[in-house]
Amino acid sequence: MDDPLFIAGHEFGSRLITGTGGAASLTALEQALIASGTELTTVAMRRADAGGGTGVFDLLRRLGIAPLPNTAGCRSAAEAVLTAQLAREALGTNWIKLEVVIDEDTLLPDPVELTDAAEQLIDQGFVVLAYTNDDPALATRLEQLGCAAVMPLGSPIGTGLGIRNPHNIEMICSRASVPIVLDAGIGTASDAAFAMELGCDAVLLASAVTRAHDPERMAAAMRSGVEAGRLAVQAGRIPRRYWAEASSPGRPMG
Amino acid sequence: MNVTINGERYEFERGATLADALERFRSPSRGVAVALDGAVIPRDRWRETELGTAATVEIVTAVQGG
Repeated sequence: MDDPLFIAGHEFGSRLITGTGGAASLTALEQALIASGTELTTVAMRRADAGGGTGVFDLLRRLGIAPLPNTAGCRSAAEAVLTAQLAREALGTNWIKLEVVIDEDTLLPDPVELTDAAEQLIDQGFVVLAYTNDDPALATRLEQLGCAAVMPLGSPIGTGLGIRNPHNIEMICSRASVPIVLDAGIGTASDAAFAMELGCDAVLLASAVTRAHDPERMAAAMRSGVEAGRLAVQAGRIPRRYWAEASSPGRPMG
Repeated sequence: MNVTINGERYEFERGATLADALERFRSPSRGVAVALDGAVIPRDRWRETELGTAATVEIVTAVQGG
């Protein structure tokens, strides 16, 4: 069923955006990326090793998957802006997953630095996909600043705790006019399906696949989960009822 | 003169450029970006940009993450 995702006017056939962090090897990563069907994949920017290669960059090029550089590890707007500028130069893309966190324990977005960085990067012509808290007020602010997508967390990065505040995610989705991508906290396929059922336009996940016992199989599960949730939300679920309602008419003996 | 590339110190002749720094570091030329003293220098200016004394060069690339 043709149901493309549009971000900043760019069309994607898959609603699953994957990360590359945590994979045991480039081979395992490659198998998982192919199984996920993703067309957009995050990469981090780090110091190159002397005489080192550009393995992930080359892999994504070979697979025809668009790289989405992130600002992972940044704690201030200044750091994030410089990282985005380096990513644009290294990868030839003005897309950036903006991530500015407050500390290592929570890896939760710092709203003050995040909005500051978003404003600067949008001024500089970047397409900003902002990783944010599950806060409807902040999501609205980010959209008003001109972010191309708003990406609220389900729960902290790498926890696999799923979606801790579904009502907030639903509120964010219900009034957004840019794509909402559930980013972080996904543990298993039902979490991904749930995100889509809440109205998210896409799901971004990394550890749930790369750290699974069988990353390739989990990538396929996530792909199915996202598709199932999307189909379900389009199909329209039945209303919740307090009492049972028989699906068969009457009783056998009149 | 002393130049720091990705946290390691290197000795260069006066007049050395960013392109020389990348070569010394055996950096790949594709898929990397370079900051000199905290400012990004576009690829087409690597050959003409001279390293100052005590310059700090950061060469970054995409790695698994996110």
